[in-house]
Amino acid sequence: MLVAIRGGEQAIENAERLLAERRRGDPAIPELSIEQIGEQLSLAVDRAMNEGAIYDRHAASLALKQAQGDAVEAAFLLRTFRATLPRAGYSEPLDTASMQIERRISPILKQAPGGQFLGATYDYIHRLLEEKSPDGFEPLISSRAESGPISAPHVADQLACDGIAERLPSAEPKTHVSDITRDPVMHPANRDLRLQSLAKADEGFLAGLANSTLQGYGQNFPLVTEIRVGDVAVDFKIPELGFAVTIGYVTLSECEILNKRLDAQSAEPRFTRGYGLAFGCSERRAMAIAVNDRALRGRELDEAVQCPIEDEQFVLSNADGVEAAGLLQSLKLPHYVSFQAELKRLRDIQAALTQRGEDAL
Amino acid sequence: MIPSDAGLHERSPYNFGYLNEVTKRMLRRAILKAVSIPGFQVPIAGHEMPLPPGWGTGGMQITAALIGRSDILKVIDQGADDSINATSIRRFFARVSDSRTTISTREATIIQTRHRIPEEQLSNGQIIVLQVPLPEPMRSLEPSETVTRRLHAFQDYGMLYVRLYEDIVRFGDAGGGTNHPVLVNGRYFVAPSPIPAFDNHKLDRSPALMLFGAGRHRRVYAIPPYTTVENLSFDDRPFVARKVEGRCSLCGSSESYLDAISDDAGMRGFVCSDTSFCATRRDRERMGGGS
Repeated sequence: MLVAIRGGEQAIENAERLLAERRRGDPAIPELSIEQIGEQLSLAVDRAMNEGAIYDRHAASLALKQAQGDAVEAAFLLRTFRATLPRAGYSEPLDTASMQIERRISPILKQAPGGQFLGATYDYIHRLLEEKSPDGFEPLISSRAESGPISAPHVADQLACDGIAERLPSAEPKTHVSDITRDPVMHPANRDLRLQSLAKADEGFLAGLANSTLQGYGQNFPLVTEIRVGDVAVDFKIPELGFAVTIGYVTLSECEILNKRLDAQSAEPRFTRGYGLAFGCSERRAMAIAVNDRALRGRELDEAVQCPIEDEQFVLSNADGVEAAGLLQSLKLPHYVSFQAELKRLRDIQAALTQRGEDAL
Repeated sequence: MIPSDAGLHERSPYNFGYLNEVTKRMLRRAILKAVSIPGFQVPIAGHEMPLPPGWGTGGMQITAALIGRSDILKVIDQGADDSINATSIRRFFARVSDSRTTISTREATIIQTRHRIPEEQLSNGQIIVLQVPLPEPMRSLEPSETVTRRLHAFQDYGMLYVRLYEDIVRFGDAGGGTNHPVLVNGRYFVAPSPIPAFDNHKLDRSPALMLFGAGRHRRVYAIPPYTTVENLSFDDRPFVARKVEGRCSLCGSSESYLDAISDDAGMRGFVCSDTSFCATRRDRERMGGGS
């Protein structure tokens, strides 16, 4: 008798066990600790936090370990963890102008008010693979400890005051800000929803799209106004107290760009702006977000939407790495019923055409 | 009707039914709206489930929002209870809720399914939760969500009929593979999810409530019990639900939807895609033969 082969509970359990074995690798090699991942693979942790949409270094390190270092799987683990957490409330708007700066550059200015700080960057390091681990380094005596925390005003704010850059509407505390974890993303989507979606998008996809527009798909070639990386206080208004208190600090990377396309709508034409913000030391990500943000403002600024990066439905519905990987990999699920149905249709059409051919003879 | 299950479940570190109560309330509101406007796609906020989007997370969110302690859950994939994805989803709900699970279509109060509707006659009070990969029946013809929403609002379904006409002219075929669009309550065209066209008639005036969940696309829609459902077709080219001719090599059924199978020797045959239907028939036959 013919019996259909099926996988069951036992197969899933075996897969789980095999995976645990693979994850651990050779037991003769010492196991990685969560702390080691958090300290020594910190940029992978930052990316997992961004795409996992949660600021939790411990959880992100754990997720990376559980996911064998796979960035998409780690983000996915963090998302499902986050989906179960109740929302305690919303913080006060972050004041990135008061950021305790570790790195800050403004490529459009030779001298920026507040100073330029290279910080910890790969930018001017020769990328040569070295077998011997760079453990012979001399610890840097931090000049920051002597000078105290550094903060500086935003370059773009100064440019807006000088009538060069677009002036943003002032942050009205009572304005309703959408929340993609609670409200469905509907098209057309406003900038708050777009920026939130970009914040957790796949970095490779965002970088690719940003690259497309630098290569000429759309008129979105930008100049970087400022990049800053550092710690920002999170203030939360405690209802019982009636005022906001600082409940912690987050490390953020922020990027602002200028676009030479002018705001045609306003009476006084100015350079338009794009904005990107990311958790941790993630300035490439913040830059990609800023370029995407500016390109997606076509509807708002009355520009023609012509290229993929300018089409908000295209960008927002494809940018999420966890979602894209999920749909792609769902092709591995059984499809024999649909295949059978489509096959039957094909056979019927073929038979009808053959019949028609024979009738014509 | 739907018991509320606040509080941590004792065996699982997660809330009963996995999702938190605020999210469940959001989903229940969307489901109520969907039932009130048959066939209308109601947007929901995105929530990650422990399976990847595209693997039934829309259905899982509906099930998670509805399931209570007195419910009995059945999960099928391609009609089969023991298919690996169905097993995985059933295991998940067994882990995060106290609800009983079953493979019996008759016994189940909630049936989550992918790509099939059970063969057995459904009954009053049952809820069928279908997993939907693409909720928009016009998406392959019109990529823009803004445009398709407007077309639904104006009940402008011309492009669906044009595509059907073109299929008939080119292939002599009036559609009917899988996911053949249906008109719900004479108002909205919906994608019935990739069920074979053979299953479409089961949607029409079904005593069970049909809920459709698209996780990746964040939409919920419904066909309430006893609602009229018509297939996309022309009056002079009626819709034909196809099915392979053959018999199940296990239970002998020729009425059920059959999956083609072949063994190592290359011998080909068919078995029922609905494993519960097939097993019930065989049980009945055994008992009948024994008495």
